[in-house]
Amino acid sequence: MADTVVAREVPSVYEPSLFGTYSKKIGMWLFLMSDSLTFGALLYAYSYGRISTAGWPTPFHSESIVNATVMTAFLLTSSLTMVMAVRASVERNAKAQTLWLLATIACGAGFVILHGMEWSKLIAEGLTLPMFPAVPGHEVSAEFSSVAKSVPQFPSTFYTLTGMHMLHVTLGIVYLGVVALRRKFIPILLALWLIAWLATPSYSPFHYGAHVLLVAAIVISIVLWLKPKVYDSSDVEVAGLYWHFVDLVWMFIFPLVYLMSARIL
Amino acid sequence: MDATQIAIAERVAEEQRHHKKAQFLWVWAALLVMTGIEVYLTYQNMAPAKMLTILMGLSLIKAALIIGFFMHLRYEISRMKWITMCSVVACLILMTIFFFPDAHRIITLGVK
Repeated sequence: MADTVVAREVPSVYEPSLFGTYSKKIGMWLFLMSDSLTFGALLYAYSYGRISTAGWPTPFHSESIVNATVMTAFLLTSSLTMVMAVRASVERNAKAQTLWLLATIACGAGFVILHGMEWSKLIAEGLTLPMFPAVPGHEVSAEFSSVAKSVPQFPSTFYTLTGMHMLHVTLGIVYLGVVALRRKFIPILLALWLIAWLATPSYSPFHYGAHVLLVAAIVISIVLWLKPKVYDSSDVEVAGLYWHFVDLVWMFIFPLVYLMSARIL
Repeated sequence: MDATQIAIAERVAEEQRHHKKAQFLWVWAALLVMTGIEVYLTYQNMAPAKMLTILMGLSLIKAALIIGFFMHLRYEISRMKWITMCSVVACLILMTIFFFPDAHRIITLGVK
C-alpha cells in the first residue's frame, strides 16, 4: 500500500495568541497567580492569629522599623533596576542588560542580608521557635522571651511568612544570576553556599538554610546541562515578572507585619 | 521557542521599546514616597482599625503600580488583564468570605 500523504494546513509564522503574548510569559503569570494564593493564605493566617489572640505583641522598636524600611527601599530599587534590565534586553544591549541584572541581584542580596541580620538579632533576643536551638552566651531579652512563651502564634506566623518571602527572594537572586551569567553563575553560587554555611554558627537557622543554595546549584547544573541556551529578552522579561512579584508581596508584609506591630512609646 | 512564539516575543519586545524610562522613575519615586507615608503614619497613634485601613489602601495602590507598570500588565490586551486579575481577586475574596467571622471581629472589636 502506497504511503498516504495527508494534507496538513501549515500554520503561518505568526498566529495571534489568545492572550496576546508568548506562552512563557503566560506560564509565569499562571505560576505567580498560584503563588499569590500561597502568600495570601500565609497573610490570612497571620491576620487570623492576630485577630483571635488576645495580647498580640507589638515588639518592633524603631530600630527594626528603620531596618525594614531600608529593606523595602532595597526591594523597590531592585524593581527599578529590573525594569531597566528588561529595557536593555529589548534594545539588545547585552552589556547593559547584565549590569542591570547584577544591580538587581545586589539590591536583592542587600535585602536578604539585612533580613538575615534582623532574624539573627530577634532569635538571639529570645523571639524564637522551639525548633531553633538556643543561642549560647547571649542574654535573652525578657520582653521577647515572654512573647515567645505567651503568644507563640506570633513567632510562628512571623517566621513562616517572612521566611517564605526570604526563600522567594533568594531563589529570585539565583534565577537572575543564571539569566545574567548562565554557567558562570554555578561556581559563584557554590562559593556563596560555602561562605553562608561556614560563616554562620551551627545554632543559626541560616547554617542549615544555606543548603538551599547547594540544592539550587545542583538543579541549575542539570537544567543548563540538559538545555544550554543564551537567554533572550523574553527570558529576562519573564524573570522580571517573578522579581516584581516578590517585591509586590513585600508591599503587604511590610505594613501588616512590621508597621502594625511597631512599638510606639 | 518555535517560530510563532519568537514572532510574538519580537512583537512584545518591539512594543516595550516605546516605554519611557522617566515613567518607571516616577513610579519608583511614588512607591518610595508612599512607603515613607506609611512609616510616618505608623507613629501617629491612630486607632488600629483606621491605620490598618489606610495602610492596606496604600499597599493596594503600590501593588497596582507594580503590576501595571513594572510587570507591564497595563500594556497587555484586556483579555489578559481581566482573566489574571479577576481570578486572583476572586480567590482572595473567597478566602475573605471563609474568614468572614474574624474579619467581622476587626470591625466590631478592633484589632488587639
